[in-house]
Amino acid sequence: MTQYSWPDPATRPLLGKKIDRVDGPSKTSGRAKYTYDYYPQGLLAGSILRCPYAHAKIVSIDTSAAEKMPGVKAVEIIQKPGTEIFWAGDEIVGVAAVDEGTVHDALRAIKVEYEVLPHFVSDAEPPKTVAADTGPISSDDFQDMEENQVPDEEVIAAIQKRGISFKPSDKDYESMKGMGVDSSIIAALKKANYVEGAAKPKSPYKKTALQTQGEPDKAFSSAAAVSEGVYGMPCIVHCCLESHGSCSEWPSDKEIVVHVSTQNVSGIAAQLAEPMAVPAGNINVLQQNVGGGFGSKFSVDRWDVNTATLSKKAGGKPVKNMLDRKAEFEVAGMRPSAYGRVKIAADKDGKITAWDSRSWGTGGVGGGGTPPLPYIFEIPNQRKQNTAISTNQGSARAWRAPNHPQAALITMSAIEDLAAKLKMDPLDLILKNLEIAGPRKDTYREEFAIADELMGWKKNWHPRGDKTAGPVKRGLGLSMHTWGGRGHNSNQDFTINPDGSVQIKLGTQDLGTGALTIITIVAADTLGVPMENIKVLYGNNRYPQSGGSGGSTTSGGVTSSTRRAAVNARDALLAKIAPALKANPEELEANNGRISVKGDANRSLSWKEACARIGAVPLSVTGKNPDKDQPPDLTNSGVGGVQMADVSVDTETGIVRVNKMVAVQDCGLVVDVKTAESQVLGALIMGISYSLYEEKILDPVTGIVLNPNLEFYRLAGLNDIGELKVHMMTGKGYDERGVIGLAEPPVVSPGAAISNAVANAIGVRVPFLPLAPDHVLAALEEGGGSHA
Amino acid sequence: MKKNDAPKPEQPSSGVSRRDFMKISAVTSALPLVLGPKAVHAAGEDVAVLGPGKVPVALNVNGKKLQAELEPRVTLLDALRGQFNLTGAKRVCDRGACGACTVLMDGKPVYACSVLAIDAQNAKISTIEALAEGDKLSPVMQAFVEHDAQQCGFCTPGFVVAITAFLQDHPKPTADDIRHGLSGNFCRCGTYSGIRAVALAHTGGKRS
Repeated sequence: MTQYSWPDPATRPLLGKKIDRVDGPSKTSGRAKYTYDYYPQGLLAGSILRCPYAHAKIVSIDTSAAEKMPGVKAVEIIQKPGTEIFWAGDEIVGVAAVDEGTVHDALRAIKVEYEVLPHFVSDAEPPKTVAADTGPISSDDFQDMEENQVPDEEVIAAIQKRGISFKPSDKDYESMKGMGVDSSIIAALKKANYVEGAAKPKSPYKKTALQTQGEPDKAFSSAAAVSEGVYGMPCIVHCCLESHGSCSEWPSDKEIVVHVSTQNVSGIAAQLAEPMAVPAGNINVLQQNVGGGFGSKFSVDRWDVNTATLSKKAGGKPVKNMLDRKAEFEVAGMRPSAYGRVKIAADKDGKITAWDSRSWGTGGVGGGGTPPLPYIFEIPNQRKQNTAISTNQGSARAWRAPNHPQAALITMSAIEDLAAKLKMDPLDLILKNLEIAGPRKDTYREEFAIADELMGWKKNWHPRGDKTAGPVKRGLGLSMHTWGGRGHNSNQDFTINPDGSVQIKLGTQDLGTGALTIITIVAADTLGVPMENIKVLYGNNRYPQSGGSGGSTTSGGVTSSTRRAAVNARDALLAKIAPALKANPEELEANNGRISVKGDANRSLSWKEACARIGAVPLSVTGKNPDKDQPPDLTNSGVGGVQMADVSVDTETGIVRVNKMVAVQDCGLVVDVKTAESQVLGALIMGISYSLYEEKILDPVTGIVLNPNLEFYRLAGLNDIGELKVHMMTGKGYDERGVIGLAEPPVVSPGAAISNAVANAIGVRVPFLPLAPDHVLAALEEGGGSHA
Repeated sequence: MKKNDAPKPEQPSSGVSRRDFMKISAVTSALPLVLGPKAVHAAGEDVAVLGPGKVPVALNVNGKKLQAELEPRVTLLDALRGQFNLTGAKRVCDRGACGACTVLMDGKPVYACSVLAIDAQNAKISTIEALAEGDKLSPVMQAFVEHDAQQCGFCTPGFVVAITAFLQDHPKPTADDIRHGLSGNFCRCGTYSGIRAVALAHTGGKRS
């Protein structure tokens, strides 16, 4: 019986060790090629004229002067006169020309007349007079709910209660399925009452129904302590260093070759096929390396369609358009803001008994995200309501662990404030409440014990407000988080060549997470050969389909398909050479670069000798994930992690510095401890960056982004990160769960941990991120602070 | 839409024909700028007016003489990438904030996005491509691999060039030197921890 399960620690030479990233040399030497680096012969430069207004209607477009300019090869109007534009930076006209200078001259020569319309860009707390949405759900309402990841049961309850004012066709249901809408929601839509939609009064606010569980009023009135506060974080931008964009060329009038900066190599062709009216099979999507994605690079964007269109108009010549930094800030995605006014209560033993939250936030025109409140803790009595605010700015996109950092900040800040009210150490308060912390509660307990030791929490923690003399105050804070991370669908071709080399082909991508490295490790470990024998071919949609890299699903997906393929290939090879070793295939093992009869070192062949017996035709097999026919399940879902922060706050300047952060993280079986630790370190650094510095600032008067660049949109630098300690949970209780993704979870907690540390240091809560000097000084002055 | 398939003009529209340029450059090769018929008198000197059309540009990059016809507005970064396929230096912010385009000019690190190609003509330029010897990584590159100081890798070449120059000036850097000396480059994936370790490796690993 074939054993696909992960090998025991004793029989895995590479799995779970610290191994250098296989693409490290190409990246450090500058040889690694990215989409941005693609300069084919005859390349034309593409760029786009964007709308300067946050809300406007296009009255007229005159491209005649641009079309006459020498060197201009194609002009395409993207949105026609009469179209209403909902955010600054939206695409109006695309131009391709012989070089970038000429393109920009041409864009300047285009005349567009707009009727400027009133805009709304504020995500301040909605007025109390805003009523919950009660009318039937329109098609737009439904799409917004899905995009904002409103929990399925809330969507179904709303459909049942309010009815729907649209009639989905069978085709609509099919496309919903394709987009991942849950079947229970589709069933609810099919059964829903059709209600004629009345014209709704124009309002930027969409308020969900008030949700109640247990008896919150009773619980609050009988509580030993009640804490109230307001917390939140603004919209932030992904800031992928390689901007979004692509290069398209048409080898014939029915074929497109697209180099694109993407997290989704296997998913691009299908998205481009319809707008370009070319069969998806005729579209070849290529990408070697991608300079960051973080959730923002899954789709074919309007600018990519424009690039392919310009190429076609220019006779098929390659056209490349990578967004400039300003456009990147305006249209290429952001993380939604989220704020919450929270009331939380505990009994005299410190058991959390009640929760009340009124949350709000924006993610652009579609509204905002819906943070899962309260985060992690299943508080028995609760009442909550969320308002999504529609604003005139480019739409939100998934940003590492969508909705979780927001939910963690709001919840863990409220819990820390409650602990202060109870005069308790927040670590004690959390440990007391782990019974209601969901399926990973035992993991959290183990992790907090390790984090306590690494941070010296028990030794160094002091009650709220550092009482030592001098303006610089020091404090500790903590947070915890969870994520799913089950492996996605992944397929691959796996070939052992007669010369002993091995190649793997799959349509995946490596965002810098180490995907390529862990595929190589699993293959080499299974075959018992050095990693140098393995060549992974990826970044091409002509290879077997592998999922997009989102939601921490790649590690589990690609390692599972690799393990199954490698076991299949190894066993096929053993069967081939068993007669030569006068043994049954089951008696053979592959390790240390040899195929041997177990327990008889004299009967063995080197890997090369063994492969030479394959014959002229290479040995080729496939592997996939999931695969019910080749059990067991090699991936899993659900991880836990905890983090602690040590900060210093200068109460005279308001400057916060992170002295140290500790992250303790579970992700099932760790394939490469080195790249896994890097992933967590990176998340801590990104977390420090969004906690202290980052904010996408919109001008209420003009509606435009005021800091669409890397001078005024501040990212953390090497000088800002403090000491960082990472501990990966491994061994019994973790390894046997299988491989689980790691990209999202560790980026969830830093905001809450750092905000709590600042509160612990200065004795008052700075309600909103970033914890920048103005916010800190305002909080010190007001003893609280406000968001207006 | 009207296609414009007119062939590129043979002569640059700067007013300097290629033949004239050859004559002028023969006698004024030491001057950073080529004096053409258009000149303005400024600060007591005749200063050549170049462009807006293409002008010949000669660069000394990685020990090689490279030539191209470029508009004067083209940056050193875009010339390196678009004309000579030296794509290790990246275009990220394109305005001197992030350091992803760092190259060495006469041994000093500069942001190639903020230097015009025509202004780089008399300097010796070294890019990341010249720091490795063939397939053999430089010691700094090797340290980047060992300390896993790269994730997506887009900022990495800029950091490698910056650190190479930094370590030449600070062969035994203190932690403080590192904090201040390496703050001119941004990373988004969060590789600073590994990069700091690369620099600290040169102090014998002590956090002095």
